[in-house]
Amino acid sequence: MRIALLADLHANIQALDATLTAVQKADADRIVILGDLIGYGGDPCAVVDRVMALAQAGAVVIKGNHDDLDADPDRDMHMAAAEAAKWSHAQLNEAQAAFLRALPMSVREADRLYVHADASAPEKWRYVLSAEAAARSLAATDARLVFCGHVHTPMVYMQRTTGLAAPFTPVAGRACGLLTHRRWHVVTGSVGQPRNRDPAASFAIFDDARSEITFHRAAYDIAAAARRIRAAGLPDMLASRLFEGR
Amino acid sequence: MTTPADLSPAAAIRPGGEIDGIAIGSLLHKGGMALIYEARKPGIDAPLILKAPRLSHGEDPAAIVGFEMEMMILPRLQGVHAPRIYQVGDFATQPYILMERLSSPSLIMRLGDLPLPVDEVVQLAARVADALASLHQQNVIHLDIKPSNIVFRSSGEAVLIDFGLSHHAELPDLIEEEFRLPYGTAPYIAPEQVLGVRTYRRSDLFALGCLMYFFATGVRPFGDPQSLKGLKRRLWEDPMPPRALKPDIPPWFQEIVLRCLEPNPEHRTPTAAQLAFDLRHPDQVALTGRSEKLKRDGWFAARKRRGNEALVRAARKSAIASKLSSAPIIAAAIDTREADSGLAAAMRATLLRSLKDNPESRLACLNVLKQKAIGVDETHDEAGHNRHVKRLVELKHWAAPMGLADGRITFHVLEAVNPAEAILTYARLNHVDHIVLGARKETFQRRLLGSVSAEVAGHAPCSVTVVRAKNAMEAAAEAIAAEELVDEDETQP
Repeated sequence: MRIALLADLHANIQALDATLTAVQKADADRIVILGDLIGYGGDPCAVVDRVMALAQAGAVVIKGNHDDLDADPDRDMHMAAAEAAKWSHAQLNEAQAAFLRALPMSVREADRLYVHADASAPEKWRYVLSAEAAARSLAATDARLVFCGHVHTPMVYMQRTTGLAAPFTPVAGRACGLLTHRRWHVVTGSVGQPRNRDPAASFAIFDDARSEITFHRAAYDIAAAARRIRAAGLPDMLASRLFEGR
Repeated sequence: MTTPADLSPAAAIRPGGEIDGIAIGSLLHKGGMALIYEARKPGIDAPLILKAPRLSHGEDPAAIVGFEMEMMILPRLQGVHAPRIYQVGDFATQPYILMERLSSPSLIMRLGDLPLPVDEVVQLAARVADALASLHQQNVIHLDIKPSNIVFRSSGEAVLIDFGLSHHAELPDLIEEEFRLPYGTAPYIAPEQVLGVRTYRRSDLFALGCLMYFFATGVRPFGDPQSLKGLKRRLWEDPMPPRALKPDIPPWFQEIVLRCLEPNPEHRTPTAAQLAFDLRHPDQVALTGRSEKLKRDGWFAARKRRGNEALVRAARKSAIASKLSSAPIIAAAIDTREADSGLAAAMRATLLRSLKDNPESRLACLNVLKQKAIGVDETHDEAGHNRHVKRLVELKHWAAPMGLADGRITFHVLEAVNPAEAILTYARLNHVDHIVLGARKETFQRRLLGSVSAEVAGHAPCSVTVVRAKNAMEAAAEAIAAEELVDEDETQP
């Protein structure tokens, strides 16, 4: 089975559509959305509609902090995030809002755990940004593989014999074997707000028969996405950063 | 879930046993980290070996991690310089690697014959450098180059074996993450590897430098230290110059060897391809003070280098994948008769631009001295020799306006019947990364025979730039001048 992993869509419909086209080309059998459907971007309704359709067709969808109206949107982020989150939720109709409310915090599937942030306390939305954080997250589950988002930068951590997990920055387009006798924590990049200095939408394909993960990039119409953010009257910085992927 | 430590020695893997359709034959070798058996599999005619890790309790954990690295890296390697892989076993059940059996013995069998004549060392080392160039191109650093890990095919190519300590730029490095001690082989390990840096391609050139030194003098340049402190001496203590041990070693060979042995990787020959190039063109090696040294540096100079550790550590950041492409070999095919034309100026400008972008790149200036297809050539007589020398002088004149330092430019007059073929062969043998040649006017003869630039561009193993002079006046002048890369008077009527 080939599983497409999409995280942090952030109301960027242009990036999501480009990614879904690329996912189709990559022969994925299954789609997993690792949270943060909305926030930051200018098209929350279109993105939620698209994801609702995917869920209907069998996609797994996890809740992210931006999807949770009650969550404190990114305490360590500036006002821009809070402002965008408030605006996003105000745009949604009742069906869309109900869909987001009902999303699970995590889903377990075979030896894989899907979660938006750190698996040891998903409701705390802690970032998996270090070997220590990855080790803590892995320790909280008996799943061999944990896939998360939230960080916006692709990273692979391997469970070490000493307990810590070693970071590895994956190379786009090159398969990375997740050796089957070891445990791994995968942080997928972001579809709608990539921050790895590459403005293209980032996603990953996991091949469970080969236990291999490949990170991909999809080019999309960034100018159109930026226009939508500005048209919504959201902070300009949310639009300009898209061009730089930071 | 199983961890490697839980795995007991496989029952299936023993002489006479069978696993995944592979018939296991006799035990050929019992190494520190792995066992190697003769093997056969229906449908595969080639002689095979099966390599399995030693997994019994108390074995070195490096054996397991090294085996994992090999299982990840080996199946991804392409080309004649690595063993061909047929099958790998699942690590969760029974890890093994089924690969081609290389019949020739490794270079370790030659240790009894040392020192070898320099010519033979050069010939061996150039082929190992070819293998390293191919490996580095594939984003892999071997990190354990030593005689026992080098064998030769009957066709002559060097094959590198045992990738248990290797680093792949696109894969997680299990060795780096698991162990704090440096892993490598004491006589050959590079100083940065001693410090735990595993991302420098030039670590392999250091090891090859040690091998060349050892094979040419019979003495190991840094001995065989058994402690970390002993290993660290190579960070600041220079080896005895080879010529002090064996006076008949030529200065150019000492230059090449000592440059490989520079403690700071930034001071070494930039790439394996450039090293192979130097070994094949001894007359073009730019000699520095290294070539004439007959004594070790004084105590004071060595003492000053104690700071190298910080230097080498700091260099770690720059040891990224881009290093390879930033030190390319550029070959320019030059028509020496038009040193003053607009095309020549445009070519020099193009070359300077790419050389400027890459401070460690080098330029090989080529000119083809066309030979007659039939009949006896006069090149062996005095007139032929003179023509060859005349071309070299002209080539240097052509390149002089670029003002390149000695170490960055070389000159080569190729003698061939077919100029395009000569350029292509040269590019292939010397790992050329980029060919630059001039475009010429369409003429009747060229329409009939096809152009050199089109043939080169169509078949080159690398990028090709065809430079055209923009100025119409100059272009017209060129049309009158050249038809081909070579003089008319040397073509067969």
